[in-house]
Order: sequence, then C-alpha cells, then structure tokens
Amino acid sequence: MTTAKPTPSRRGAQRLVILIPYLWLLAFFLVPFLIVLKISLSQTAIAQPPYTPVLDPAAGWAALKDFFAELSFANYLSLAADTLYLSSYLKSVQVAAFSTMILLVIGYSLAYGMARAPRRLQPLLVTLVVLPFWTSFLIRVYAWINILQRDGLLNQALLALRLIDEPPVWLATDTAIYIGIVYSYLPFMVLPIYAALEKLDESLLEAAADLGCPPWKTFWLVTLPLSLPGVFAGALLCFIPIVGEFVIPDLLGGSETLMIGQTLWTEFFSNRDWPIASAVAVVLLIMLVVPIVLYQQFEARQIERGR
Amino acid sequence: MMRRTSWFSVTAIALGLAFLYLPIAILVIYSFNASQLVTVWGGWSLRWYVELLSDRAMLEAAFTSLVIAMLSATIATVLGTLAAIALTRFGRFRGRLLFSGMTYAPLVMPEVITGLSLLLLFVAVDWDRGFWTVTVAHTTLTMCFVTVVVQSRLVTFDMSLEEAAMDLGCPPLRTFLTVTLPLIAPAVAAGWMLAFTLSLDDLVIASFTTGPGATTLPIRIYSQVRLGVKPEINAICTILITVVALGVIAASLLTKRQRMQREGMVALGAVR
Repeated sequence: MTTAKPTPSRRGAQRLVILIPYLWLLAFFLVPFLIVLKISLSQTAIAQPPYTPVLDPAAGWAALKDFFAELSFANYLSLAADTLYLSSYLKSVQVAAFSTMILLVIGYSLAYGMARAPRRLQPLLVTLVVLPFWTSFLIRVYAWINILQRDGLLNQALLALRLIDEPPVWLATDTAIYIGIVYSYLPFMVLPIYAALEKLDESLLEAAADLGCPPWKTFWLVTLPLSLPGVFAGALLCFIPIVGEFVIPDLLGGSETLMIGQTLWTEFFSNRDWPIASAVAVVLLIMLVVPIVLYQQFEARQIERGR
Repeated sequence: MMRRTSWFSVTAIALGLAFLYLPIAILVIYSFNASQLVTVWGGWSLRWYVELLSDRAMLEAAFTSLVIAMLSATIATVLGTLAAIALTRFGRFRGRLLFSGMTYAPLVMPEVITGLSLLLLFVAVDWDRGFWTVTVAHTTLTMCFVTVVVQSRLVTFDMSLEEAAMDLGCPPLRTFLTVTLPLIAPAVAAGWMLAFTLSLDDLVIASFTTGPGATTLPIRIYSQVRLGVKPEINAICTILITVVALGVIAASLLTKRQRMQREGMVALGAVR
C-alpha cells in the first residue's frame, strides 16, 4: 500500500483495476456454481435441454413462488439410494489418498536429492522436473498406454529379463491408474517440497552434526519438521484434483468401479441426465471444501510473505 | 542444505528423472517407427508424419486449438495481471476475501466441476456453444495461474520504486507503464506461456463447453486414442512436445539473459 493519499481519479482507476477481473470471476466462476446448485435441485424433464428452466425474472412473484415450490431433493435422494454413486465417491477418495501417499514418498526423495545436489546444478534440475509438466497431460497419459499394453514394452522387458513367464495385464487395472497419476502429478509434489528444503538453513544441520546427532535423527528432528509446509502444500495440490480426475482413470483404468469424475462424465454425456450430474458435482464440491479452503489460505499466506 | 552429495541423492535424482522422461522418450522414438504395429519395431521412418499432413480433421483441430490458446492466454494475462495488482497493491478493499478465494480456487478445482458449471451457464444464457465459449472457459481457468505467477513477482520487488515515481508527480497509469510493467514483464510473459500451454492441453473443460465446428486438438486426440493406439498419434504428440520444449528453453534463455543484464547493472552501480 502506498502512503500517498489517493486522489479521486486515482481511486476511480483502482476501482476499475479491481472491478474488471472481479466481475469476470463472478460471472464465469461463481454464478455458474449457483446455476449448478439450482439445476441439481430441479427435476429431469424429457424436453431439450434436459432440465426444467431456471428462474424467469420477468414473471415476477408467482414465478418466484413456483421456483421454490419446484425445488426438490429427489436427485440427492437418488444419489444416496444408489450404491453406484457411493462406491464411486469412496473409490475416488481412496485412489486420491493412496496415490498422494506414494507421491509423498517418491516426491520427497527426489526433492531431497535435488536440494542436496551441487548448487550450480539445481536450476537445471528444477527445469528438468518442470519440463514434463509443460507437455500435455493427455500425451503423458497416452505415452503409458504404449508401455502398459499386453504386448507393450513393459511386458516385453519383463519377459526378456525372465522375471515373468506369462505377460500380466496392466492396462484397465487400478495399478495402471496409480502409475498414471503418480507420473502426471509428480512435479506438483516435488516443487513445493524442494522450495521448502532449499530454504532450510544449513547451519542447523551442521549444529546438529557437531553436537553428535546421527544423520537419520537430524533428518527426523530438523529437516522433516522444517519442510512440513512444503509437504502440506504438495499433498493438497495433488489430492484435490486427483479426487475429480477423469482422463487418467478413463484411459488407463478398468470399467468395474468408476471414479467420481468418470461417473459425472457418463451421467452428463451418455445418460444426458443433467440434474443428476449437477448433484454429483455439488456433493463432490462439498467433500472438497475443507481441503480447498485450507489450500487457499496457505497459498495466500505464502504469497503475501513473499516466497 | 549440506553440500555433500550422497548416494541416496544421486539415486533419487537418477530414478526420478528416468521415470519422468522414459515414457516420453519411448513415445517419441516410436513415432519414427516404420511398422504399422505400435509395439513392433520396424526400422526408422517418417511415414506417420507424412500421413499426418493429409489428416485434415487433425490439422483443423490443431489450428482451432492454437487460435483459442493464443486468444484466451492474452485475455487471461490482462485479467490475471489486473487481479494480481489488486491483490498486492490495494491493501484491504470490500469483497477482498471473496476475490482472493475466487482467484485461488480454480487452481485446484477438479476440471469436471468447472466444465459442467460453465456449460450450464452458457445454456442458461442461451449462448451458442463453440469457439467463443471454449475461449471464455479457458480464460477463466488460466487467468488464475497468471495471477499467482505475477503476484509472486509483485511481492518480491521494491515498492519504493513506484512510490518514488509517484512522489515525483508521475501519474499512476504512467508509473505502471514505465516502472511496474518493465519490472514484472518476465512474470507476465511466463504467465502468458503457462496460460497458453494450459489451454492447448485442456481436454475436460473444452469437451463440456465446445459445440459443433470447434473441435480442439485434445478432443480430437482423445477420440482417436479411445479407438486404440495409433502411430499417427505418436507423431502429433512428438510435434507438440518439440514445440513446447523449444518454447520453454527459449523462455529460460531469455530470462537468464535478463537476469545477467540486471545483475550486471547492479554490479556497475556498486563500482560507481
């Protein structure tokens, strides 16, 4: 904030700078959610588009009364009644939690290695870790289809090394989903942890070593606690989008239990049941509210502190 | 951190980078495969690239994607930079909490939710789906990434430079154009590039918000991939990877030169 008193024209300019992005986000981020909420409470209609119309302000009071009278929780009741949805939500959370744990182990090891590499190599290593993130998500998932096919390179390699006699099925299994997720989200986990480790004061480690603390204990008592903010950010940055992931389970996973992103996609594109799809989205959002708010606060604090 | 490089660090880095790069390397190598079968190596060939040139639908999709990506990245950069300035320079204002909430939430929001909600908005206001709806959707998604990149640059540079200019009677707009903008330019450029690649990459939001006549490249690739792996897809993926890699390398060289110039200037100032 500047100390100079804002003149009226300057305040007008400030207001404009705030208003333009604010209005855009209101119109294209907040209002759409309210519409989703409204449609999740309306009934499926046979006519096109497949839901009863939203509020028509021109019709006045009567319309408003009709509007509230027509709201129904039928869609949410059918969500609760059908085990398909429940198992979908559970599967998503389970996949997200388990893959976040795998990502933590691999991501931490890689970030730790990077932070201990010679300092002049570190920018290069960061670029190398970030580079795959710039290439398309879809391409990276597609690359794994090549490898995981029944007669793909992984099975060819395993057969050549005589580790297996019979080529196992990789594609269309949960293992393939985990491989795809860990592969795609690894940079999101490595970078925040690396940022935390890189800032760590070296003299703390030297002090611990001088006082006779064995390396593993130094790691456990000094390095790990000080890198926790990075671990926390990385875990949230991975966990939240993985819960709603669509592309990876759709291309690599099987068809027995769908993740919730796939269920929403099917309800919308195949069954054309927009109200149910909206209800699925609302419940998913409610599940993710707590981690999203935690992430927002974390991000705002990080930025204001100046990374 | 301690500079002593242990066997653990070396192994972790080697395995990590191998894991990140092997699949891409295999994809690129197999795009030059002469064989029709994707898993059998039949010698080097440019056959699939030649075949790609005659695939009109794929080329049209690539063109649509490029235009949407450039347009939405440009609008997103303007909006995102304004949002970053509002969040870092104006202190508290009414509705700031909601504003910052709306800025950070899309970063982690599952794409299926964003896509569905935008589509329902476009249907509610009866906006024909196609080129423009995808552009608006991508702008909304990517502006938040621009905000975060520009904001982290804005908080680190010395605000007294702007204050000095304004104390000396420079009007705010001119201060912004002559002092602030040159200082944050690398971040703005990085934000544009990030927005551009995110738009080029997006499948889910585009699938929800697109209409007839606006098939983007990821939608096209996705519908082909669902039918099975084809060497032609490897070829188009290789081209995309090359373009992006060249862009990132060019950008990093550019910022490196800028940094050297800046450090050179600081050193010069110290000598004087």
